[in-house]
Amino acid sequence: MADTQNKARTLKFDIFRYNPAEPDVAPKMQRFELAEAPYMSLYIALNELREQQDPSLQFDFSCRSAVCGSCGMMVNGRPTLACQTLTADLPETIALHPLPTFELIGDLSVDTGRWFRRMVEQVHGWIERQDAFEPTAEEERMDDATAEAIYERDRCIECGCCVAGCGVANVRPDFLGAAGLNRIARFMMDPRDQRPKPAWFEVVSDADGVFGCIGLMACDDLCPKDLPLLDVYGYLRRKALASALTPNAKDSSLS
Amino acid sequence: MDQFYTSDVLVVGGGLAGERCAVEAAAAGQNVTVLSLVPPRRSHSCAAQGGMQAALGNCVKAEGDNANWHFLDTVRGSDWGADQEVARIFAEEAPVAVRELAAWGVPWTRVRPGKNSYFIKGKRVDIDEPAAKAGLIMHRDFGGTAKWRACYASAGTGHAVLYAVDSEVIRLGIDVYDRMEALSLIHDGDRCWGVVARCLRTGGLTVFLAKATVIATGGYGRIYGKYTTNATINEGTGAMLAMNTGQVPLGNMEAIQFHPTGLWPSGILVTEGCRGDGGYLLDRDNHRFVAELEPEKQELASRDVVSRHMMQRIRDGKGVDSKFGPHLWLDLRHLGEKHLKTKLREVWEICRDFVGINPAQEMIPVRPTQHYSMGGVRVNKDGHAYNMRGLFASGEAACWDMHGFNRLGGNSLAETIVAGRIVGEQAAAYAARQSLDVSTGLVERFVKVQSDRIAMWIGRQGSGPGIYGIRDALGEIMIDKVGIFRTGNELEQAVDELKGLLLEIESATLRSRVPGANPELTFALRLESMLKLGLITAMGALARTESRGAHCRTDCPQRDDTRWLNRTLARWPVGAAMPTLSYEPVGLLDLPPGERGYGGATSVSMEQSLEEYNQGVEKAQREAGRLETSEPMGSRIQWGAWQQADPSA
Repeated sequence: MADTQNKARTLKFDIFRYNPAEPDVAPKMQRFELAEAPYMSLYIALNELREQQDPSLQFDFSCRSAVCGSCGMMVNGRPTLACQTLTADLPETIALHPLPTFELIGDLSVDTGRWFRRMVEQVHGWIERQDAFEPTAEEERMDDATAEAIYERDRCIECGCCVAGCGVANVRPDFLGAAGLNRIARFMMDPRDQRPKPAWFEVVSDADGVFGCIGLMACDDLCPKDLPLLDVYGYLRRKALASALTPNAKDSSLS
Repeated sequence: MDQFYTSDVLVVGGGLAGERCAVEAAAAGQNVTVLSLVPPRRSHSCAAQGGMQAALGNCVKAEGDNANWHFLDTVRGSDWGADQEVARIFAEEAPVAVRELAAWGVPWTRVRPGKNSYFIKGKRVDIDEPAAKAGLIMHRDFGGTAKWRACYASAGTGHAVLYAVDSEVIRLGIDVYDRMEALSLIHDGDRCWGVVARCLRTGGLTVFLAKATVIATGGYGRIYGKYTTNATINEGTGAMLAMNTGQVPLGNMEAIQFHPTGLWPSGILVTEGCRGDGGYLLDRDNHRFVAELEPEKQELASRDVVSRHMMQRIRDGKGVDSKFGPHLWLDLRHLGEKHLKTKLREVWEICRDFVGINPAQEMIPVRPTQHYSMGGVRVNKDGHAYNMRGLFASGEAACWDMHGFNRLGGNSLAETIVAGRIVGEQAAAYAARQSLDVSTGLVERFVKVQSDRIAMWIGRQGSGPGIYGIRDALGEIMIDKVGIFRTGNELEQAVDELKGLLLEIESATLRSRVPGANPELTFALRLESMLKLGLITAMGALARTESRGAHCRTDCPQRDDTRWLNRTLARWPVGAAMPTLSYEPVGLLDLPPGERGYGGATSVSMEQSLEEYNQGVEKAQREAGRLETSEPMGSRIQWGAWQQADPSA
């Protein structure tokens, strides 16, 4: 086990505070101090602050193992998962803000749930097919490499870090963001999805979709799950172009 | 009260069990509403890693698998505590559930034809997967099963399944209210009419009326404090709803599963798929002690058995010392980086992010950790709760009861879908027969109880004990005295100490009275019921003077089928100081109680014949509160079909 903690530090947290239920109290930054402990993550630290210093502090955690996507926040200016962030990897002073681009619930808690539901509704983020499921039939076969490629994109946990770190999403609320584009790519490459290609490009090929991206690619740097967002971007642009040139061609290739 | 909603079917809980239920009820034409503590995709179902059991029999090591084998493994795994008719329904329907998920987009790992290299019982084995099976859903090995049966998507199976099912929920346009916590059922003593809920955005109370209400809130692992793999939201909020009616029983709450490989010291789950794919458990001397103790199943005996071997090893001084206390090693180095990064990708990430190691080069510190609640809201085979018409339960929140005293790995993910389909259909059918004839006075009374409770917490002055200290004390009592190894003396102490905490909370005060959701108040509203769930668990364990599955009494080491081939039912009458315990037969017996094939425990045989036992089941369960089912009891049992599974294979 890595033991990165040698000398004890006193950490200084500067935390954004605003409770919409107290509209007369202006937003502010509040300073907390906390003795650092071995293997201390921001999950441990924030809970200690709430339980020992200020029980009104709002933030979200659930799985505390970087799979549920609840705890995205700005840590020293970078969007990331708090549970996955060890204080040992941070300087002594740690600034925490809520993710931008999402509606604020209070302090560090934001409403990613509604944003992502709307996104899924917008891109029809489900398998579209006409035929009914046949319970007694053998499953449709799929090449394992195809399954792996779909899974690679299905791994998005909708934490919102890519959206919060996106230059376009910060000024254009309807932009799908990398998470939305990734969701499209995931279903587009899935042979079980039967929607005609032009249907996809109505969603993808406008300024809210892949052509709204200005290529800063902070999403690719920031994704806590290391999703191949740069590849997704390239894939969708290639597909959009190919579709414009040969709109009726059937193409299920992954590249 | 802020708002007032009505629907045909109300599902409390947005994880897999709840959402699959919602999809089924909506497909049946009912208007469905889902409440969830968190956005549904953040439910704890997403943390299920290694697999979902279904006897498709697609790869060479799964050849000949079928529902008979799955039934046998499940009942043996339960140590005969399961309802065997439910286990049969489950085994028969699991393959359909998995294939339906494939149609909904789950990227199941598929059979790769040709030479595949596996690690089996400590040896590398090359197996040719036939071209005829190419592209079908692949299986991996899991504990306590005769065949490879777990269907999987890397080590993110729960995530992939949850996203597929939630996509269906969204496609069907089902209303989901996230950050919405049900605080109480609304009922008239006979029928349930929905819930009083509290919005975790604003703190306001909302009424959700419905003809049928389904509890699908997952388990109560957080009564074990930080000694659990469970998410912070798994605080038993659904079990509380049923318990606080005073009349709906909770079944087998003492049946608590400890997963062998919780990451030490954080308790984060490391999947059984690691051992299924050939991982070893090692002690401080790098000795594969479990393989020695279980020559047949090796590291893949059932979870209760492996966890006991591990804790005994630690008690024998063979644990690895660390500043957080002793642990053991999970060794995956021989599986190689490529396998770890593809088929066990989430494990690789967890090791990197939470202990800073590369499992291809270093061993993983693990220790058995609370993981699963076999017990829950007692329901019949339709998912209809005992003693309360219009109330249903599904998934980990329910005691359906296919797991008995030990659940097999991969059976819970499968249960969420199989039970979700059945309970959703039954709840929809019930709702279709009902009209919503509930009195507004009744609703107001239930709202007032909750608003009074909130006012009590906000208004209580002074500097009494804080709620987080009481929560921590609960966790320490549960892990120390109601853990893997249990004794009468320690359980008596646990009961006394938990009673003490119930007194202490009467004078506890909040530190914060901010308007809005107020996270301290949110937790305070759960804590008293969490203490009660802990007390029911401890009292059930104290009363049960035998060892069965995960319930291990070192002072009563034998399974006792004469006295304890039954299910504990716990009720907490409204206003009572203590719960009452009663018992019912486990259900009709098809597979007679016998040896599990691992674990080496002995048992006291039944005095009654199987026929005598079975004759008493229906009457005893009806008297215990079981409601009529859509089909008669026993209709789904395939008597003796388990004999077709070849015992020598």
